[in-house]
Order: sequence, then structure tokens, then C-alpha cells
Amino acid sequence: MTSGVLLGYCGAVLVGLGLFGLVTNPEILRKILAFNVLGNGVFLLFGVIARRGAAAGLGADPVPQALVITGIVVAFSATAMAVGLLVRLNKVSGQTIMTSDDPTNSGK
Amino acid sequence: MVPDAIVLSDATTADGYLLVLAIIFPVIGILLTLAFGGRYVERIALVLLLAGLVVAIAIFAAVLRDDQSLVYIVGNWKPPLGIALRADGVSAAMMLTIAVIICAIGLYARGEFGQSQATVPTRASYAFWVLLLAIWSGLNAMAVGADLFNLYVALELLTFAAVPLVCLKGYEETIKAALRYMLFALLGSVLYLLGIALIYGAYGTLDIALLSDRVRPEPIAWIAAALMTAGLLAKTALFPLHLWLPPAHAGAPPPGSAVLSALVVKGSFILIVRLWFDAMPGLLSFAAAQLLAALGAGAILFGSVLALRQARLKLLIAYSTIAQIGYLFFIFPLASGDSASTPWSSIAWTGGWLQLFSHAFAKAAMFMAAGLIAEAVGHDQIADLRGIGRALPVTIFAFGLAGLSLMGVPPSGGFVAKWMLLSATVMEGQWWWAVVMLVGGLLAGGYVFMVLGKALSSTTPPVLRVSIPRHSEVLVLAVALCAVLLGLVPLQPSEFLTIGRPDIHTTALQ
Amino acid sequence: MTYDLAFDISLAGLLLAIALWTIVARAIFPAIVLFMVYGLLLGIVWVRLSAVDVALTEAAIGGGVTSMLLLGAAARLQGKNVASEQLGLPGRLAAALLCIFVTAGLAYAVFLRPEVAATLAPMAKENLAESGLGNPVAGVLFVYRALDTLLEKVVLLLALVGVWSLAKDEMWGGIPGLRVYAQPSGILVYLAQVLPPIGIMVGIYMFWAGANYPGGAFQGGTVLAAMWLLVMMARLQDVPATSAPWVRLCLVVGPVAFLAIGLSGFVFAGSFLGYPEGHAKPLIIIAEATLTLSIGVTLALLVAGPPERMPQR
Repeated sequence: MTSGVLLGYCGAVLVGLGLFGLVTNPEILRKILAFNVLGNGVFLLFGVIARRGAAAGLGADPVPQALVITGIVVAFSATAMAVGLLVRLNKVSGQTIMTSDDPTNSGK
Repeated sequence: MVPDAIVLSDATTADGYLLVLAIIFPVIGILLTLAFGGRYVERIALVLLLAGLVVAIAIFAAVLRDDQSLVYIVGNWKPPLGIALRADGVSAAMMLTIAVIICAIGLYARGEFGQSQATVPTRASYAFWVLLLAIWSGLNAMAVGADLFNLYVALELLTFAAVPLVCLKGYEETIKAALRYMLFALLGSVLYLLGIALIYGAYGTLDIALLSDRVRPEPIAWIAAALMTAGLLAKTALFPLHLWLPPAHAGAPPPGSAVLSALVVKGSFILIVRLWFDAMPGLLSFAAAQLLAALGAGAILFGSVLALRQARLKLLIAYSTIAQIGYLFFIFPLASGDSASTPWSSIAWTGGWLQLFSHAFAKAAMFMAAGLIAEAVGHDQIADLRGIGRALPVTIFAFGLAGLSLMGVPPSGGFVAKWMLLSATVMEGQWWWAVVMLVGGLLAGGYVFMVLGKALSSTTPPVLRVSIPRHSEVLVLAVALCAVLLGLVPLQPSEFLTIGRPDIHTTALQ
Repeated sequence: MTYDLAFDISLAGLLLAIALWTIVARAIFPAIVLFMVYGLLLGIVWVRLSAVDVALTEAAIGGGVTSMLLLGAAARLQGKNVASEQLGLPGRLAAALLCIFVTAGLAYAVFLRPEVAATLAPMAKENLAESGLGNPVAGVLFVYRALDTLLEKVVLLLALVGVWSLAKDEMWGGIPGLRVYAQPSGILVYLAQVLPPIGIMVGIYMFWAGANYPGGAFQGGTVLAAMWLLVMMARLQDVPATSAPWVRLCLVVGPVAFLAIGLSGFVFAGSFLGYPEGHAKPLIIIAEATLTLSIGVTLALLVAGPPERMPQR
């Protein structure tokens, strides 16, 4: 088993963990945290593919690396926006968890 | 049977630069407005809306004239190393629809978000114009993208522009709705990205045309396709992942609701079609297609029944969106069947896309009409809308026309689309979808007449809080008429929508 | 078992343990601190995968700025909601089953290795000399897939506009509510006086070296953002109003320069985002330099959040 494959399995487990946290944890900030863990798991899988694509004297295939860099920046923007929404919601309503309220009851 | 490779032109065509302009013009608008501190945001936006419309018309005309796709190789680096942009017949028609609707919404929004002089704009008006431009850029990038990761970035652009639009008004419910939308969208993006990772790992490219050659029906392709589709279904709000849509679309300001329901949810749908029909054509088995259509059927029934139970007009229209999106998914089993030589020469292909275009016009008109009504009477409770047809006749007429399209009643684009899909079910022998479509049409009639009945009841009209300018009503009517005009399309598979498609045959594995 | 493998196993084990702890930790503050550690560990993992550019980005953005964002959010959230909305046991079991299913599918996908790994490394390397760059990742980001980078920069800006739009109407154009700590003799102020000169130099060096060695605009820009945030939080500099002209200018100079270079490619190189012969490297350096500045300002403002007060006249 090479390090690449081992880290690939690690990435797979991270994806599962992050997905579980995103779906089950009611606190929104924890969901965002879990989303980041999930995202990093996906990036790790990209990384394993990059490592596997080592050729022509390069240690890893540069294309997946560039995709991951782009992905990390996009994930950060998503986190920033989600956090902004959460803080605003908390300021307006004082809640920190995602309630499953019936949308037909909401007012204007 | 392994499909033949897609042989698409791999070089930049003469008018290919138009594809770049379609993506870049709105971006220029965003940068200009930021640079000028937001001072001329409305004017910049309107100028660029017009420019973008011209580009979309030019692209449509070029595809029509040349009878082949427009291609642009960015930076002269061919795939698999570089990125290509491709506009086939479907893309061109899609971009024209997007351009017309966004221009109409832009004109409509001048009422709520316009600036009278070149003063520093308010938060909502500045944000609205920037977000509208960004949505347009993202939609265009999705229509012409031919690289899966490029499409991912475009999808994120679309999402980040759509979410703040939901909570633009700043009420607690809208912020909650925006946050729920954001979480669903994040899940969707990450699953899509996961699929891309597996595909790149297996096939070494992310270009759709190259993938169609390399992808085989093997486990890794199945896993990737399942993940990507699951993610995109979350973004398209297909049943059962539709929970975020009603509060989000109902909570946005009226021009925002219009653009969200008419166009934004369709962006991820285009991607699903590209994935199954273009990138991985050998994978669309009978079971997969039936599953997708079954979810669509669930959406139609569930969404329509819930729409009937709504007390608020905007929520009713939002649930109607959930239902109408379900019709789009009939394209999968019906176009990939045996009766036509290629999926795109089948009548279901034309029917599905026509459903998308006519729903876009109809839903935009409906939300805009609902916005005018809400502005006029100060609320959108359906029960209290008695007699409003007398106060706002043009608006209610437009609403009615849009409703015809949703019900599938002639003359309207919706009728032609649903008729085409129905004939496809007969040709394919998949009669169960016809039953669902008919039931859906009846239910749609139910909720449309629920509103129209109240509006046209002959009581004294309610007192209007503000008077609605005639040109806004006429604008809404114009958009609704576009949905009706699409009904003039001949009842046969469209030639235009097959431009740029290759001559491959996908067998639905029985 | 070689030392390499032993190291990797312990690294992977530690990573998984910390990730698990982050997900199940009871309180939010430890969870975020653990997440920071997780980000830094991931940086090391990336080095093990020979992806040093990604390691720098992950450590800077994932381990650094994201954690800062989350800590700031945790500090601002008030109101303890009782965990009454916890998903019931059947729901959690169903979710766990789904996640195990997904993990198994992915592990299977990792297990299935194609005979010959599909890779674009040779193609990337041989075309690199044409543009004069030495770093293949920079080549992919700014030459081969430059459209992705351009759109990604727009996405960043859009996220900022989206965050700003969350402000109250009266506060539009005001000063972001970044938490500042004014303790004149505290350790924060000391660090904010000592680190920024070094940090700025490191950031600029990272961007400059990115042409030939691991590094680049994103990594350098993040370090600059972190230094600016440090200075603002220690009250050595005021948080600027979002409507300040210089802020707006810094935000757009990067994408505008990149877009302008791309559009000039229509004329000089025959293609959008193409570079003329022999002039690729200087143009890329200019684009990266302006992008470093813009990214730095954008990331810092994203952490600072929406405007919360108006500047005093």
C-alpha cells in the first residue's frame, strides 16, 4: 500500500465524516465546520489522483493541484458567506440552529 | 453497445468570440460598478443588459446561419489541457431565452431598485444590480461551458449570486431561507466536485467532448455520475431535495423571485442533461432514466398538491416551480428510448427544452405579476385578492396567460411542450408518465384557477395602496406573451435544437 | 514497513482522529481550534503528496483565514439553543448509513486503479517553456486554465458583495464590524508590531517566487490579508469603510488587470487569455502582482464581515 492509496482512504473517510456532520448536527456553525471537513476530504481525493499522475519529472499532476487551489478559495468564499448569513440571522432572531419550520407559517 | 465517439470541431469557429463576450460583459459591469463606488450602477447594468442581449441574438443568428456549433478555444490551448467553450443549438436557444428574460426583469426592477439620479445607491439597489449581472454571467457560462470544472466555477458563481438575492429584503424569514438554500447548495457543489475528482482520476480529462469518447459504463463512472447527479439535483430542487426552494423564492424581492424560479434553477438542470447525454452517453440506462423521471413525477404531484394548499400567492407560485421542474426530467427516459435514431431527433428532446423555455417565460411573468399585485395591495394573501382583476386588468390577464402555459392549455408554449412529451410517452410505450402529466395538468389548473377565480370575482375591487405604472403591467404582459408565442412552434422535433449534436445512438439498456 | 509508510499511517491516523473529534466535540470553541490543527496537518499531508503549492494554500486559507472566520463567528453568536432539535436516533442512523455507503463507494473508487494513470503532467510540462514559467501549477492556473482563475476571482468578489449586502440599510458603505482588541501592552499588539513587516515580505516573496517555485498570487495574497487583519485587530490601524475609494480600487485592480490582459490577447495573441510570444511571463507577473493585492484585500474584508457602523464624520 503506497502513501497515496492510504491517504485516499483517509480522504474517503473524511468525506463520510463531513457528510455526517453536515446532515445531522443542528447547529449551523457546526454544519459549516463539517462542510469544510467534507470539502477537504474531496480535495484530498484530488490530491491522491494528482500524486498518482506523477510523470515527466513532476512529483504530481499539476492540473488537479490547480483545481484544488481554486476549490479551496471557492470553499472559503462559501464559508464566509454562510458565516455572514448565520451571524446576521443570530443578530435578528437569536437562533443558532437550523429549525425545520413550516414555510407556510412565515409572514411577509 | 459502446457509442461512437463524438467528433466535434476542435478549433475556434469564426464567431466563437461571441461566447467569451457573453460571459465577460456582465463581469465588466460588476467591476465597473465596484470601481465607481456604485454611483452609476443602474445605468451600467442597463447598458450591459442591452449589450448582452445583442450578443445573445448574434450567437443565435450565427448558430442558425452556420448550422453548426460555435466553438471557442480559450487561450489557444486545446482540451484536455485547456478549456473549450461550445454553443450548440440548445445553448443558443437557452442563451436567448436567458437574455430576453433578464432584460425584461432589469426593466421591471427599475421600479423597485431604480436610482433617480447618480447618487450613492442604497444597499438593496446596488446589491440587486450586481447580483443580476453575476447571475447572467454564471448562466451564460453554464450554457456554453464544455469543461466540467469550468462548469463547477460557473455553478458557484450562480449560487453566490442567487443566495444574497433571497435575503435582500433583510427579514428574518428570508435570511433563514437564504441560509437553508446556501447549505443545500454547498452540499450540492461538494458532491459535484467529488464526482469530478473521480472522473478526472479515471479518464484524465474534464472536457465533455473528450469524455464522451473515453467514458465506459464501469463502476467508477457510475459512482461519479451518481454523486454529480445527486449534487445537481439538490441545486435544481428536485423532489425530495426541494425543501429549500419555496421559502427562498417566495422571500426574495419580486424581480429576484422571477430570475430565481425562471432561470437559476434551470442552470443546474442544463448541467445534468449535459452530463448524461453528452459527457457519459453510454451510461443512461433504462433504470437510471426511469429513476430520474420517477423523482420528476414525485415533484409534479407533490408540488402541485402543496401549491393548492397555499394561502400566499408567492408561495403558491414557488411550489408550482417545484412541480414544473418535474416535467423537465421526463426528457431522460423519453429521449433516450428506441423510437428515434438519436436522442436529439426525438420529439421528447424538443418537448423537454420547450418546457424549460416556456416555463421560464411563464414563471417570470407570474412572479412579476405577483410582485405588482403585492405592491398594489400591500400583501399577497390569496383570500384577500377578491376583485383585483378590475383594478389591475393587464396584470391579471398576463397572470392568466402564464397560467395557461403551466397548465398546458393551448395556445401556449407549455401546451406544445407537454403535447410533445405526451406523444413521446405513447411512442416509447411508457404510458405511466402520461398519466402523471395529465394529473399534473389538472392540478395546475386547480391552483391557477384558485387565484384567477378570486381575482376575477365581481366584487368591488380593493383600494390600491399605490398606483401601478402602466408600463410595468405591459412589460409583464409582454413576457407572458413570449410564453404564448412559443406555442407557435411546429409540433415536430426541432431542427435547431439538434444543431451541433453528433450522430451517435444511445441504446436504453432494457 | 518503511519509515515513509509509518509516517503516513500516523499522519493519516492523526488526521482522522482530529476530524472525528471536530465533528463530535461538544463545545464549539474546541471544535474550531481542532479544525485549525486539522488544516495545518493537512498542509503537511499535501507536502507528502508532492503538492507544495496546495500545501501553502491549505495552510494559509484552510488552516488560517477560515479558522479566523469561524472563531469570529463563534464569538459573535449569542443565545444558547437547547439541543432539542437534535435529529432523532433513526434519522442519525439513516444518515450514518448513507455516509458509510458514500465512504465505501469512494474507497472502492480509490481502490480501483486504472492500469496507466491518466495524467496531464507530461503535456503540462512540455508546454511550460513556451510561457517562461517554471512552476507547472502556475502554468495551469494562469496559462492553460486561465478562464477558471478569472471566474474564480469574480466569485471571490461576488462573495464579498454578498456579505456586504447583509448589512442593515443604514450601515451600507460603513465600517465592517471586525472585533478589535485595544490592550496597549498586550501580546496581540506586540505581535501586530513585529510580524507584519516579516509577513508582508513573506507574502510578496511567495507571489514572486510562484512563477518558478511553489507559491503564487493566492498564497501570497492570503499572507498579506492575514497581516492586515492582525494590524486591524490590534487597533494599530482603523478598519476602513467599505465605501472608501482606495478599498474599492484595490479590490478591482486585480481582476481588471487580469481581464484587460485577457482581452488584449484577442488582439495580440489571437485568443482571449492567450499571451503573445515571448511576453507571457511579464504579463503573468503583472497579473499575479495585482491579483495578490486584490486577493489580500478581498480575503481580509471577507473575514471582517458586513458593515456594522458608519464612520464618524
